Amino acid sequence: MSSLQLDIQCQGENDFTLDLKCQLPAAGITAIYGPSGSGKSTLLDCIAGLRKPSDSSVIALNHTRWHAPGRCVPPWRRGIGYVFQDARLFPHLDTLGNLKYPLARNQPGSVTLDQVINWLELHDMLAHKVDTLSAGQKQRVAIGRALLGSPELLLLDEPLANLDHVAASECLRCLQRLSANTRIPMLYVSHNIEEVCQLADHLLLLESGRVTEQGSLLDLCSRLDTRLSREEQAAAIITGTISGQDEAFGLTELDIDGHILRVSQLRLPAGQSRRIRVPARDVSVCRERPHNSSILNIFPVTIEELEDTTAPRLLLRLSLGRQYLLARITRRSAFELGLKKNDQVYAQIKSAALLTGPSDAV
Amino acid sequence: MPLNSAELDAIYLTVALASVTTALLVLLGTPLAWWLSRQRGDLTAAIEALVAMPLILPPTVLGFYLLLLFAPDTAVGRAWEHLTGSQLAFSFSALVIGSVIYSLPFVVQPLQSAFQRIPQGLLQAAATLGASPLDRFRSVVIPLTRRTFLTAASLGFAHTVGEFGVVLMIGGNIPGETQVLSIALYDFVETLRFDEAHRLAGGLILFSLALLFFLYRGSDTSSWRVRT
Repeated sequence: MSSLQLDIQCQGENDFTLDLKCQLPAAGITAIYGPSGSGKSTLLDCIAGLRKPSDSSVIALNHTRWHAPGRCVPPWRRGIGYVFQDARLFPHLDTLGNLKYPLARNQPGSVTLDQVINWLELHDMLAHKVDTLSAGQKQRVAIGRALLGSPELLLLDEPLANLDHVAASECLRCLQRLSANTRIPMLYVSHNIEEVCQLADHLLLLESGRVTEQGSLLDLCSRLDTRLSREEQAAAIITGTISGQDEAFGLTELDIDGHILRVSQLRLPAGQSRRIRVPARDVSVCRERPHNSSILNIFPVTIEELEDTTAPRLLLRLSLGRQYLLARITRRSAFELGLKKNDQVYAQIKSAALLTGPSDAV
Repeated sequence: MPLNSAELDAIYLTVALASVTTALLVLLGTPLAWWLSRQRGDLTAAIEALVAMPLILPPTVLGFYLLLLFAPDTAVGRAWEHLTGSQLAFSFSALVIGSVIYSLPFVVQPLQSAFQRIPQGLLQAAATLGASPLDRFRSVVIPLTRRTFLTAASLGFAHTVGEFGVVLMIGGNIPGETQVLSIALYDFVETLRFDEAHRLAGGLILFSLALLFFLYRGSDTSSWRVRT
């Protein structure tokens, strides 16, 4: 199992210190999530070699040590790709020139120029000067350029932060396509949980320069004791398989461990697997199966855990098959229903969003 | 009226001096300007002051000390004679050294401010794409400052053509060896040969005007103003 080992202490401005020790999988997309000022970009800069951590720090990808006591590989020999928030395209080169910049400077890798142009939909802008591109186009060129250096690790620092909604979702789709088509591991810094839920396989939560949690996205999203659950938009992520289309009513059916979830219709072939984001505030529980309800998605679930709190509202962790849902209800409701661990109840899901996949049309 | 051989010699010598000086200025000034653009501190301030000094000193001051330094009985003079077999004072080489020092700010200052305007982020991006420092300079810095290089070289060339005090002090006035245009002009005036003087002076005015016109027309002028 390839991995990225980090043991970093790095002094920043204004008494800020990055101090973390962890091992991340060097496969798929790992999201680094945290509020601004939590050290996300500092961490990427240390990994890239653009910022020097303390001498005792260790940064190693598999068996290659990029930084260790008495050793510091300069950024241009690390074999990384870095996509910055502000694209940073070379203004004296056109799009194609920017894309080709890393080609002669790196060992040829598994990714070809044609593939990158296809995945990122860059055909129409190859001869354009980069200052004529839109923000979203610039960011796609920057991603392509980083990819063509055949990096062993691709770092992305909030690449969608400066984009409008349409450009961001286009870019997101391109990123999903990349991760589906290449084996290049990515570290994706973001403070947008929805982006993270769309992309990430693995999650590293960062706060004030320290790691608070790390693990698989699906696992962390459904836990009660992480920072994520305290956020207003706390949501569980579950996966389902498209099982059918309800043409008469315009709905798409998904199979969730044997239960059928119905969402607004999406033209996707049966058998395709998708992530579904279920916000905690849109899930309520009942002791008995409600009849005559307008809510379509009602599932028998087991209460796995109740948040122990004196706040007016609390979170429930509910198991649905082998997966978990979160429900945010008032403490008063929990008291009146006498809810406790291992109770069998019914969850009513008011809304569930199917997350986009690499093959979706916009 | 064709130019006489004294005038032709002076023109040839001036062009040769300005060309060699400009080449050396770009060669030495570029790394110096790059270094100055990347650092901030007392040392860089001191170096900047030294580089800028010819802008405010009377050229004769510089010429006087260089003359003393180049004399055959000094260490520099002896070392030069030992290496090349010829005397340094009153030679073409002395003129080149003096001109390089005298015109240095006209090359270093525009380059330095152009280098400072290159976003650090672009160089970082180039580094992550596999470019070594020298490669980054060649593939990012030079293309982005190409115009400034042209401007700096032109200013260095023009300023060398236009100098008088330094070359008079350290070159003497040897026709065909150290008698450049400005000194030849001075000679013509001294000996009341106004026809020749007019030709040289008028020619220099046309040359300077044309050069400055093309510089102002072609570039955003803020990039090459010299700071004193």
